[in-house]
Amino acid sequence: MYTQALNTADTDDRGLEDAAKAAQFQARIDAEERIEPNDWMPAAYRKTLTRQISQHAHSEIVGMLPEGNWITRAPTLRRKAALLAKVQDECGHGLYLYAAAETLGTSREELVDAMLSGKAKYSSIFNYPTLSWADIGTIGWLVDGAAIMNQIPLCRCSYGPYARAMIRVCKEESFHQRQGYEIMLTLCRGSDEQKAMAQDALNRWWWPVLMMFGPPDATSQHSDTSTKWKIKRFSNDELRQKFGDATVPQAQYLGLTIPDPGMTQDAEGHWRYSEIDWTEFKQVLAGNGPCNRDRMAARRKSHDEGAWVREAAAAYAAKRAQRQTAQAAE
Amino acid sequence: MPAANIQVSETPLVLYALRRADDALILGHRLSEWCGHAPMMEEDMALSNIALDLIGQARELYTYAAKTEGKDNDEDKLAYLRDVRQYRNLLLVEQPNGDFAQTLVRQFFYSAFADLYWRAMMTSRDTTLAAIAAKSEKESAYHLRHASEWIIRLGDGTDESRQRTQSAIDHLWAFTGEMFAVDDGERAMIHAGIAVDPGTLRGRWMTTLSDVVGEATLTLPQNDWMQQGGRSGRHGEHLGHLLSELQSMQRTFPGQTW
Repeated sequence: MYTQALNTADTDDRGLEDAAKAAQFQARIDAEERIEPNDWMPAAYRKTLTRQISQHAHSEIVGMLPEGNWITRAPTLRRKAALLAKVQDECGHGLYLYAAAETLGTSREELVDAMLSGKAKYSSIFNYPTLSWADIGTIGWLVDGAAIMNQIPLCRCSYGPYARAMIRVCKEESFHQRQGYEIMLTLCRGSDEQKAMAQDALNRWWWPVLMMFGPPDATSQHSDTSTKWKIKRFSNDELRQKFGDATVPQAQYLGLTIPDPGMTQDAEGHWRYSEIDWTEFKQVLAGNGPCNRDRMAARRKSHDEGAWVREAAAAYAAKRAQRQTAQAAE
Repeated sequence: MPAANIQVSETPLVLYALRRADDALILGHRLSEWCGHAPMMEEDMALSNIALDLIGQARELYTYAAKTEGKDNDEDKLAYLRDVRQYRNLLLVEQPNGDFAQTLVRQFFYSAFADLYWRAMMTSRDTTLAAIAAKSEKESAYHLRHASEWIIRLGDGTDESRQRTQSAIDHLWAFTGEMFAVDDGERAMIHAGIAVDPGTLRGRWMTTLSDVVGEATLTLPQNDWMQQGGRSGRHGEHLGHLLSELQSMQRTFPGQTW
């Protein structure tokens, strides 16, 4: 909507780009300068960032569904308010990120349409179901925990609007993570039934969360250019390892068992996880996760059922503008 | 062993706080059902925000009701361990969300009242209720503005939005009378300066409604038959389903800390 005033898509980007401009651009990146919306940038940089930021935005919005699944069933009023506020935060992140993506020249409508048509991806983790209250704690603790691992380095991403968005998002995510951990702590200090609920949730979420960092470095498609452009600062496997190292002691403190009997601690203190089942990851990515169809159906339903509301708002805004023009002419 | 219903000693003041708490919780719960499903992200945010305000009001009012009762109850027992017949909310707030128009008309009718009500309650001789009112009044003013703007947009938007909004008004109108009803217990509290006589707010409530509905090019129904019963626990069929969801954890896992 608001992209016209900024860069229009560079029509000459498809051909050979000005080598001098490209060199200058890379020099700015290397000097740790921030690239801003009106600056020249290679078409591929724009495309990569548009894809990454909008996928991130879609993930925030789809991510409202599994957690939203428990808003009406939260066990206490305090938990209900906290969860509702949390899911509302995720929506705010989505809005914020769509706005950041729009600065690259694609409107929110187009980006959302790409998600609804299945063309654009969102984080696979949200294709798993939330079956118990402990899943809400686990999502906060592990899913938000993994998201923070991914996103802290993005606060230094070369693209200014994304980097700034991430600073705010990370602050809220770390609050969510503490909140999730506190839910787990309460469960683990509770009855046997509650502790079993917590362990069951960890069992179901552990491996999908490890997969959140993306395919192993050896097979990752985007990392090389993203690293050169300082969009990505750490590899998938590096971040996954950092996450594992941070999480194992937290699980131990809770008295929960990581569902990986083969996990060992190496001489340097790193927790080495077993082989990840990448077949499952590929299946979920291909649309065959337990909730892919439900998530897409829910998003499309809200979008379709809300169409008349958006049309009404647009019609009213147009009428009002017309009246104001007529009044001004009198 | 399933969690049994609690018993509440409904003295006039306990009942008074409980009724307003139930209004706020049930409406807040209804709005929270939209979270993640609204017609646009801005409304996911706005409806969740309003829901949060209302749940916050409910928590303060339940806590006050429990304190006033002086037994073993607390905000969660009051919210999670009373059945349909023990709930004291207005029938209006338990009505299902329906489409966006029905949700916003329900909100508009309620907020137009709540805004006046809480402002008047700021001078209650009960200092706790007056303090809750001071906070709630600020929130209700925003809720009313949000709802009014939508009623105007939807009424004066497209043919479809106009028709949907008019039919929501017609459908929900019969649930508005209950907001102005007063029983003997409340009558005594009004005389004591603790409660506000809602009848004195009716004229200004109608003015707000007429102004907004008029600008929205819609009309208010002429019929004056009003449904009642929520305040004494005679609800419609929808509330039981809402409560079975709201209370499922506390009923399934009684007596645990969450």
